[in-house]
Amino acid sequence: MPRPQPRFPEPDTQPFWEATKNHELKYQVCTACSKVVFFPRRHCNHCGSLETEWRTSKGEGAVYTYSVVRLNRHPAFRDLGAYAVAYIDLDEGFRMMSNVVGVADPVNDVRIGMRVRVKWEDQESGVSLPLFEPA
Amino acid sequence: MVSQRRDAAIVGIHEYPLRKAPGVTPLQIKAESAARALADAGLSWKDVDGLYDAQDGAGMSGLSLSEYFGFKPNVLDTTAVGGSSYEFQAAHAHRAIAAGKCRVALLTYGSTAASGMVHIGTGGRESAGAPSPQGNMTEAWGATLIANYAMVAHRHMHQYGTTSEHLARISVATRAHAMRNPQAVKGMTDLLFENIREITVDDVLNSRMVADPLHLLDCCMVSDGGGAVVIASPEVARDCKQKPVWIIGTGEATKYVENDGDITVSAAVQSAPPAFGEAGVHPGEIDIAMIYDSFTITVLCLLEDLGFCKKGEGGQFVSEDRLHFQSKLRPHINTDGGGLSSNHPGMRGIFLLIEAARQLRGQSTSQVEGAKLAVAHGNGGQLGGTHTGGTIILARD
Repeated sequence: MPRPQPRFPEPDTQPFWEATKNHELKYQVCTACSKVVFFPRRHCNHCGSLETEWRTSKGEGAVYTYSVVRLNRHPAFRDLGAYAVAYIDLDEGFRMMSNVVGVADPVNDVRIGMRVRVKWEDQESGVSLPLFEPA
Repeated sequence: MVSQRRDAAIVGIHEYPLRKAPGVTPLQIKAESAARALADAGLSWKDVDGLYDAQDGAGMSGLSLSEYFGFKPNVLDTTAVGGSSYEFQAAHAHRAIAAGKCRVALLTYGSTAASGMVHIGTGGRESAGAPSPQGNMTEAWGATLIANYAMVAHRHMHQYGTTSEHLARISVATRAHAMRNPQAVKGMTDLLFENIREITVDDVLNSRMVADPLHLLDCCMVSDGGGAVVIASPEVARDCKQKPVWIIGTGEATKYVENDGDITVSAAVQSAPPAFGEAGVHPGEIDIAMIYDSFTITVLCLLEDLGFCKKGEGGQFVSEDRLHFQSKLRPHINTDGGGLSSNHPGMRGIFLLIEAARQLRGQSTSQVEGAKLAVAHGNGGQLGGTHTGGTIILARD
């Protein structure tokens, strides 16, 4: 059983997920007020401008906060054991949900503020899932 | 205290007594609760001219309920913003009555979340409905609802040194109140709780971890249940059976994840100031704080954001002699046993209004002597993600 996959058509987030097929982490910037727009959407949520552009993140950032999930009844996660869910602050200034992977023990090895970089997990649906591992 | 307006009052309440109600529908719970809350007020079915629905029944929100109940209301409000829907609806009813648009507003809730085996906090369901940008940017990573709150707790601990012991104190006080509430005790029994008794901080810390740093006893239950609240104009309230519980201040707000935001700060920082301002009271004057306790961390953050203490000082605040109904210091919280230990069918906001009204009438199973002022603050959605905050200040004559 795969994880829940992004579902389409969903025009706001489709460019983000298309880019993941090339292992590119994309985000929007408002061309009027220069602020970062994330999650992706039709307009700038700061100033209301309809002009935004896509940029590619370096995929590096820090753990803003996290939790280690011990119980998830979804079949994709039920048998995974404890896993870390986190909000990651990317260096370009956007915050996204993800998992911290590549640690021996998520309960003790994940810390707020720890530096992480993106690690791609290709999905059968065709997209790739951005996860994060210690940098 | 400044002079307060008396535009609308809670005059009738009912809490559906069962936490496990197989074979009953949410609509039936709503209808039964409506009839009993109107009887509590001394009003009749035909007096209702304002109908409030949080889309918890069946069919088209508000419209189907109107037909099922047999009402043709002059005011129809279908605000559905999660657990705080009833604080939002109470605010809207207060305004509608003050404007003369209706005289008797009815709020109802019904849920069979427990009998329906709805695992609200621990996932397991594929998302339904049309794809959404929010869904596409969250669902793949397996964050359960509990994990969302747990991420707030971790960040609060990181920023302020808050501990699991601090959080546990909230659960301990709430269970003490539940043990005095026969419906809560029966509910925990029917829901197959183990060791139904007063609990200690160690009990909370020793209960199994569900999503770090939240233990099982930091989490609310999933129950069936529901209830109803009748809000009326001063003219109607004067002739009701029960003493009026006046709505003297209201506030509404939203909050969501922002790129540079602070996840420990809730919508209450926006909803509380207008509510307290309108009421002309300060948090320090509040006797009863009915605070949405989906999780212990919810209460800690909301106490801070409502202004009971400074941001980050919640851990110290709950460690002093307060929360319990017999504590020396105010506020006394969740005296019915809360979502942690009495009932949580999914949208607990209506029970905050009901228990606050009981306290100001003098009818609680953990009655605070001389309680005069209460706040009911609902939090809807998810504290560490998209959520609402609804603040209602209540006063007796």
